[in-house]
Amino acid sequence: MEWMVWTTPTTVFFAVIAVLLACMTTWELVSPTIERKGFLPISTTRGDRFFIGLLSSAYIHLIVVGFTPLSIWLALGASVVWCLILMRWG
Amino acid sequence: MTDSSSPTTPDAVRQQAAAADNRRRRKARPASRQWRRRGLMAAYIVFVLLPIYWLLNMSFQSNTEILGGLTLWPDDFTIEHYAKILTESSWYMGYINSITYVVMNMFISIAVALPAAYAFSRYQFIGDKHLFFWLLTNLMAPPAVFLLPYFQLYYTVGLFDTHVAVALAHCLFNIPLAVWILEGFMSGVPKEIDETAFIDGYSFPKFFVKIFIPMISSGIGVTLFFLFMFSWVELLLASTLTSTNAQPIASVMTQTKGASGIDWGALAAAGTLTILPGIVVVYFVRNHIAKGFALGRT
Amino acid sequence: MNKVYNNRAWWLILPMLLLVAFSAIIPLMTVVNYSVQDVFDAHTRFFTGTEWFSEMLNNPELQSALLRQFAFSLTVLAIEVPLGIGIALIMPKKGWQASAVLILVTMPLLIPWNVVGSIWQIFTRGDIGLMGWSLRELGYGYNITSSPVDAWATIILMDVWHWTPLIALLCYSGLRSIPDAYYQAARIDRASKWSVFRYIQLPKLTNVLVIGVLLRFMHSFMIYAEPFVLTGGGPGSSTTFLSQSLTTMAIGQQDLGPSAAFSLIYFLIILLVTWVFYTAIMNMQKDNNKEA
Repeated sequence: MEWMVWTTPTTVFFAVIAVLLACMTTWELVSPTIERKGFLPISTTRGDRFFIGLLSSAYIHLIVVGFTPLSIWLALGASVVWCLILMRWG
Repeated sequence: MTDSSSPTTPDAVRQQAAAADNRRRRKARPASRQWRRRGLMAAYIVFVLLPIYWLLNMSFQSNTEILGGLTLWPDDFTIEHYAKILTESSWYMGYINSITYVVMNMFISIAVALPAAYAFSRYQFIGDKHLFFWLLTNLMAPPAVFLLPYFQLYYTVGLFDTHVAVALAHCLFNIPLAVWILEGFMSGVPKEIDETAFIDGYSFPKFFVKIFIPMISSGIGVTLFFLFMFSWVELLLASTLTSTNAQPIASVMTQTKGASGIDWGALAAAGTLTILPGIVVVYFVRNHIAKGFALGRT
Repeated sequence: MNKVYNNRAWWLILPMLLLVAFSAIIPLMTVVNYSVQDVFDAHTRFFTGTEWFSEMLNNPELQSALLRQFAFSLTVLAIEVPLGIGIALIMPKKGWQASAVLILVTMPLLIPWNVVGSIWQIFTRGDIGLMGWSLRELGYGYNITSSPVDAWATIILMDVWHWTPLIALLCYSGLRSIPDAYYQAARIDRASKWSVFRYIQLPKLTNVLVIGVLLRFMHSFMIYAEPFVLTGGGPGSSTTFLSQSLTTMAIGQQDLGPSAAFSLIYFLIILLVTWVFYTAIMNMQKDNNKEA
């Protein structure tokens, strides 16, 4: 594992992703999703919204890090809020 | 009602109309259109063949003739370059190495892709759509991204410079491709066949090998063709993961750049020889392709 | 086909999943780890946070490589897809000609990518190449090592030569899978050639075209070996595409951190484009099925 040059932040990052995936699976097992249409132009399932949330969060982070002097924590906060909105109303 | 052979059923009417229409059409179709079609096809084939003809032409010329001036046909026909490649082990081992890892990769990929494609074509399960999309994303992972981690990974597990390493690395894009193609073929097989077999008392493995695989044999043929193709042509991963024992022909060819410039003749001959295995493979699958397949999820 | 809901299907997926995950997830994690550090070796490394990302996003060289990349990918798609369909329509359907044409047309696909580069290098050289020499004899000062226009045109021509067969092959197979009854019905209805294409052939081709276009987009986006051999990215950096910038950085300069950050940005771009394309197609198909 030494050659994979792990750092604490990346470990936390992957752990969070793994936990989120596990949670989504459990949620799906407990109460299966129903495809519905929210403010997004396409009808989505819960898993679709989760994926869209993750992908758009990645872009939010890139934009904040690359083109603004703002802190990355702000990007993280914004992404979490955005993901929650997406999951609920998307 | 003078004609005694007047059709009576709707089907017969349709058939007769089609036949009559066909006759009329055949007469009406100007021969020039046929010829235009053939002409276009021929033009495209010439376009495909010209660069290859040039490679072939050069591979039979001596280096002095190549550099001496442009000749459309080898004046001084020689097979010295081919003789060199087929007798020097550093050259021909390149071909053996390439073919070895390509065949290994084809076996591994098809073996794990068959059950997976069956699952995708027959069942719904948690995360199936996302899993399928994730598989596709691996097709587009640029090898350049993965070069260094791969090098490290295979070095750590002790597979560096073996054929297995390259075969496994090519699984990254070949397994998803195989699943994608096979799934399309499997969806074309009615599910009633599975159900009947299970009622007749076939176990799943027996059904899969005895009944299902023969039914999609042309799909497997087409898939193997694509697996061969993408593994055979890839070189970035293959040359990064090997040094001497499993060096693919693509990186052996860089030897032709010597101190005295490029050995054009040897380069051309080696290039020509890399085309041959491909032609053999297409020859075997040509009928499957010509039979037609419409891929994809439906 | 209505599928059975059964989570035991995961057992069939498992072997494949393990193999692909071994080749995909472990390296991807490593790339993420690289991207936040300045790595000299496994023991000498410094945490840099997001520095590489902002540096790469603001690197003008990479920005222009990205633009070039998009220009290239869109150009070759715009040429290869219609040309491929056209070739598939005129390919002979029966007899020995069908086999012969099929083999000839497929040939470029089965040539290793760096050999494709070599073939075109030989073919286009001004002194010993048929094409380069002919163009010069015709009075055009063709030179791919000094003229960016020539270099671009040659690379696009090479890509068309190399990859149009893939689209043609897939479409040919798609066309062959249309039952003759469809054509007969069209003949009875006196359908014009265009409406046969529009309403019978094109719908049958959607699936193969999705595969074809996706594969072509992905491959053209990571094109590396052919331009590297043919032009080496020059003249200047006019034909330096993303993969080449990346490889030069990662292998040539040993800058693991920046190249990893760049790889991830690159990956996110392709991921987005592919996802949009894939979702659009899937929705189109769903709508079609509803209508049918």
